[in-house]
Amino acid sequence: MTPQPLLQLQNIRKAFPGCLANDDIDLEVTPGEIHALLGENGAGKSTLVKIIYGALRPDQGQIRWRGDAVEIPNPAAARTLGIGMVFQHFSLFESMTTLENVALALPPQNLGELRVHLEQTARDYGLALQPDRHVYDLSMGERQRIEIVRCLLQNPSLLILDEPTSVLTPQETETLFATLGTLAREGRSILYISHKLEEVRMLCDRATILRGGRRVDDCIPAKETAHSLAEKMIGRRVESPPGHSASASSEIRLQVSDLSVQSDQPHGTDIAGVSFSVHAGEILGIAGIAGNGQIELMSALSGETGSPRAGSIQMLATEVSTLAPMARRRLGAVFVPEERIGQAAVSDLNLVQNSFLTSADRMGFVSHGLVDWAGVERYAGEILTRFDVKAAGTAALANSLSGGNLQKFIVGREILQQPQLLVVSQPTWGVDAGAAAAIHEQIQQLVSAGAGALVISQDLDEIFALCDRIAVISQGSLSPPRPTAKITTQEVGLLMGASREQPQEISHAGA
Amino acid sequence: MLVLEARATQSATAAWLSPLLAMVLTALTGAVIFLAMGKTPGIALYIYFVEPLTSWSGLSEVAVKAGPLILIGIGLSLGFRAGVWNIGAEGQFIAGALLGSAPAVYFYDSVNPLILPAMLAMGVLGGMGWAAIPAFLKTRFNANEILVSLMLVYVAELLLVHLVQGPWRNPQGWGFPGTRMFPDVALLPMLFPGYRVHLGTLIAMAVPLLAWFVLTKSRFGFQVQVFGSAPLAARHAGINNHRMVWTTLLISGGLAGLAGVMEAASTIGQLMPKISPGYGFTAIIVAFLGRLHPVGVALAGTAIAVTYIGGEGAQISAGLPKAVTGLFQGIILFYLLAFDLLTRYRLVRIRRGERAA
Repeated sequence: MTPQPLLQLQNIRKAFPGCLANDDIDLEVTPGEIHALLGENGAGKSTLVKIIYGALRPDQGQIRWRGDAVEIPNPAAARTLGIGMVFQHFSLFESMTTLENVALALPPQNLGELRVHLEQTARDYGLALQPDRHVYDLSMGERQRIEIVRCLLQNPSLLILDEPTSVLTPQETETLFATLGTLAREGRSILYISHKLEEVRMLCDRATILRGGRRVDDCIPAKETAHSLAEKMIGRRVESPPGHSASASSEIRLQVSDLSVQSDQPHGTDIAGVSFSVHAGEILGIAGIAGNGQIELMSALSGETGSPRAGSIQMLATEVSTLAPMARRRLGAVFVPEERIGQAAVSDLNLVQNSFLTSADRMGFVSHGLVDWAGVERYAGEILTRFDVKAAGTAALANSLSGGNLQKFIVGREILQQPQLLVVSQPTWGVDAGAAAAIHEQIQQLVSAGAGALVISQDLDEIFALCDRIAVISQGSLSPPRPTAKITTQEVGLLMGASREQPQEISHAGA
Repeated sequence: MLVLEARATQSATAAWLSPLLAMVLTALTGAVIFLAMGKTPGIALYIYFVEPLTSWSGLSEVAVKAGPLILIGIGLSLGFRAGVWNIGAEGQFIAGALLGSAPAVYFYDSVNPLILPAMLAMGVLGGMGWAAIPAFLKTRFNANEILVSLMLVYVAELLLVHLVQGPWRNPQGWGFPGTRMFPDVALLPMLFPGYRVHLGTLIAMAVPLLAWFVLTKSRFGFQVQVFGSAPLAARHAGINNHRMVWTTLLISGGLAGLAGVMEAASTIGQLMPKISPGYGFTAIIVAFLGRLHPVGVALAGTAIAVTYIGGEGAQISAGLPKAVTGLFQGIILFYLLAFDLLTRYRLVRIRRGERAA
């Protein structure tokens, strides 16, 4: 007989206007189990988890906790039951210390006692924490550990983690998995939300797979291959990206020499002495954990921030460091920044207007200050068909598109301009696997046709699958690029954490 | 406890409905106020909102008042769309009237018909010059344009008072402050004999059409929209921050200046210590009431003008105080802001201690 489940969801249904997010979903988590909730973006994972955590109410269906039917009207009720959650986007105050952030989430208590308690818990679970450091100073891994400890101090029986490894180095991921193993051995259950198949195979005892708001399968991940899991998740056969056929020519499309940029953000990262080049017919990847200077590098390349403090940027054999973004685009460079909404696209403008945003000059849509909107509309239509963007037409507002479709639209908008240099940051961040594959293919086709591409990404799988050479950005410095065949994930991981002041972490990694 | 919760979607219908509802509720509130003052609400409301529209002279007066409101409102709405908050149109109005009137003051016996176009051009330049001060301080020192433009209103007012009491005072004016009456060639021609509607009113009516064309057809119009709603996207698209601040301030200042000189060169015919019943400030209400849309601004400018004229009528025939006009404008803005808040947020009742983490 199986043990009494800790959490049971029966026929959970939740509809939003225009979208059935959860359709009749059953889920069972037993004590001491690490249970994966696997699915693409938009499969309904977040909705389901928010229902469990009391942030959303189901339209229909029942939640049972240790066998009893319960109502979870709000997160406080969930915490009282013993459900803790670590969100993908942390809710920490950057200007406060670790200890202060933990204290804020708990009932008022003596800070001295809390410190002892905090250090004890952190030690018990191998979560290295420094109570008095300010959060802005901490790596994403450390921030996540604060969130986890904060949950653990409330002694939960179920811990929910939403895409926890998306911000971690491979070494930090290993540390996290060790902690989760300890928690499970103590009899705590973990609901682990992810779309990373290898992780789920390594870590989880069971997996529930969601697709399009429905539960499509339950399986034991260790008995599956990454490939079979992917097919369950996507619902059709997946093919690995074909790779691009070009070989790097000697022609340099982007040459950055000794570039130094001062960040215009509070707690931003300055870039110092960065040098690299991108040739025609190659993809250079820049790996690194978020917040290590990627945003600063990207905006220096696109021309969104003022002139760099030192160094030079040459695009298509022209010095561009003092040129405005549109002048760089006219030369034949295009840019896809990290932020889709608000930077690459304007949420309350339609797709025609959003098409015009960056293509105005290069596509010749403006004469005598007037816009050829009919021409822009044809162009927008072409983006939708060529790049298989699912939208209600060119008059749809940007914010009506799903993340994956909007990203396909943005990448399409840039690629259709037939650039000779593509600079793209986090091309598939938060995008479903199908759209990600399509975006990768488009980038590779562009490079096969002779363009050069620079891909800045936190996703190591993406970097390794896509790029010909890899460099790592850490604390605003760039490691020398090396051919993909001559560098391993572990080496990249070490470079990613290189100049962080976390000796304990690196020693953990080997253990 | 009641809390505000952001709505997932905002309806475009609600956005247009909100000014209409605001006007209806203003009328209802007005009825209550009139009742409290011992007046018959029906009659008072009729005098206020309907009577101005029942005669040719009333319509003419409404058009005359609506002109400057629309002109200034169009300029302001362009800036507000771009997130550039010019609050000092009143000052730019006065500056435009001052510079634009200079030819008429110095050549008071001129018969050259070119004096009028020159005055209009100088009026525009005067408004632009006044708006250039906040533009310069914002782009150079990141000074807040709201404060700078607002404070410059009082400078302009004092400058006007100084000129009409000092160097520009009419020597034959028995010591009263005010310039000489402008020569005939320096006055905007009237459109119909016996009514005060003048060429400037016509110009003011044409400006919304021009603004609509610019907003929908030109690259600049597109940039204004992006700059205001998504500054990072504007930066990504290479829209020049300083240029946007300068252009929107110069346009709104120029239109306010034009309104100023046209007011001086039409209904007033000279410069006096006070030449504006607060057009520059009321136009802010007009811009928002009109949803920052050229057609909306034209309608809103007309609606607010009705309350000005109705207010004058109410003083005469119903013995209501002049302050009621300002009261109405205040109430309408209050309701408008309240409805706008409710189109973006909804009120949710939660029990104590239930607040989501």
